[in-house]
Amino acid sequence: MRLASKCLMFALLGAGSSVMEAGAADPAYARSLAATCFTCHGTDGRSVGGVPPSLAGQNRDYMLQQLKEFKAGKRPATIMHQQAKGYTDQELEAIAGYFASVKAGPASSPPTAPASRY
Amino acid sequence: MSLTRREFIRWLSAGAGVSAIGGCATVEEAGTAGRVVIVGGGFSGATAAKYIRLWAPDIAVTLVERNAQFISCPMSNLVLGGNARIEDLTTSYDGLRKRGVRVLRDEAVAVEHDRRQVRLTGGTTLQYDRVIVAPGIDFIYDAIPGLNGAEAQNRILHAWKAGPQTLALRRQIEAMRDGGVFVFHIPMAPYRCPPGPYERVCQVADYLKRAKPRSKIIVLDSNPDITSKKGLFLQSWNGPYKGMIDYRPNSELQDVDARNQTAILLGDKVRGDVLNVVPPHRAGDIARSAALITANERWCGIDWLTCESTAVKGIHVLGDATLSAPGMPKSGSMANQHGKICAGAVVALLKGRPVFQNPAIMNACYSMVDGRSAMHVTSIHKYDPAKKTMVPVKGAGGVSPKASEQEGTYAWGWARNIWADTLV
Repeated sequence: MRLASKCLMFALLGAGSSVMEAGAADPAYARSLAATCFTCHGTDGRSVGGVPPSLAGQNRDYMLQQLKEFKAGKRPATIMHQQAKGYTDQELEAIAGYFASVKAGPASSPPTAPASRY
Repeated sequence: MSLTRREFIRWLSAGAGVSAIGGCATVEEAGTAGRVVIVGGGFSGATAAKYIRLWAPDIAVTLVERNAQFISCPMSNLVLGGNARIEDLTTSYDGLRKRGVRVLRDEAVAVEHDRRQVRLTGGTTLQYDRVIVAPGIDFIYDAIPGLNGAEAQNRILHAWKAGPQTLALRRQIEAMRDGGVFVFHIPMAPYRCPPGPYERVCQVADYLKRAKPRSKIIVLDSNPDITSKKGLFLQSWNGPYKGMIDYRPNSELQDVDARNQTAILLGDKVRGDVLNVVPPHRAGDIARSAALITANERWCGIDWLTCESTAVKGIHVLGDATLSAPGMPKSGSMANQHGKICAGAVVALLKGRPVFQNPAIMNACYSMVDGRSAMHVTSIHKYDPAKKTMVPVKGAGGVSPKASEQEGTYAWGWARNIWADTLV
């Protein structure tokens, strides 16, 4: 079901030119922004071992509030206060929206996909 | 239109775009949307392979890598300090295979772009629509005559590519007498991992302090000063390791006497019980033969929106082999993020969609000062259309106030996650 939804989204994006402006509202662009977080928080926000914490399935408004508090220096952190300052509020909204849209789950145990052919 | 993805999907399932369903039938058939060959399975190449498959399962991806397994450079200094085992840093390529990447243990000898093919050592040729060259670094030995030849290179190690060299250098340090001198040479920037050399000094000091407390470290740095996290490293060097480290800036290496473990500088010779030399770097060999080098005969210029070579259209270059944008370190974290930018761009280009014009990338890098404590440096970089390159976001990023055990835990969390994000 999730895959089908993804397909639909991509297919539609390919068709509709008005959503192709790389604004924060474009789901694929939101995903590419969120991908900057995957390096430490795990692919799609599913963290290996939970340190740093998983973000997948997080409540959007809660996450956005935390990000804004990091950015404003109101929430103590070792590193997040320095990183959150690198993003506009709009970008933080897109990032929070992306992680909220991803199902929480264990880190990277990839589905077995058909092999690339030649 | 400011829909979240969930809202977007809800909107779709309410009826809009139903006609697109038919387009999904072919999505899982790898290769229908194009073929990508990736040369090099380090942080950048492996990440690109994974994310192309993740974001476009209809693109076929072949990854050519000469090593059987991935061994991480980040955290490999801990092996020298006796604070980690090489197995802890090793990841199989099976995770990529499970994602449908065809992983070939082989070596690319030529990128024949006019014929859109990569030729491998074994004689195989791989056809492609787009090729990604991610060869990492090779060393410039010309500048150090005494290091030419296998015998000298087996004696004077770099251990700047994690693997057998890391273990061999660990053995040399373990075999050193108490009261011995470990001499370590750092090349002129840019080199792979700016704080890496200074972390290595900490790790070796941590081991020597425990096992051979009368020993000393002499650091011969080509650079005029500590190039990264200076204040933080000095806290360690003037703190727990006080009296152990003799730091000598502006110490550019002229040559080595490999038999006598001696570094030859202008007007000075420094002999060690162990001499560890990291030679100057350039982009890996295949970048040169594919005519991708554009800067100082060393690095490959790229368009940061796509990671496409500025020298040859249709070839993408990633990771440490690139001419780094201003303020961008050659790091595992950056390489991982290059891989994602490139994956997004390659998917868009093969499907005839526009490439995002405003990418962001993040660097986070931890240095372990002993077996438990770490400190970080981080930065966010965004594309500047006027400058046509990535630039660090002003006011963002920074370093730790001091090394801590809390950040040591985060350093391992970072490592486990970046390995999985790259390879699983």
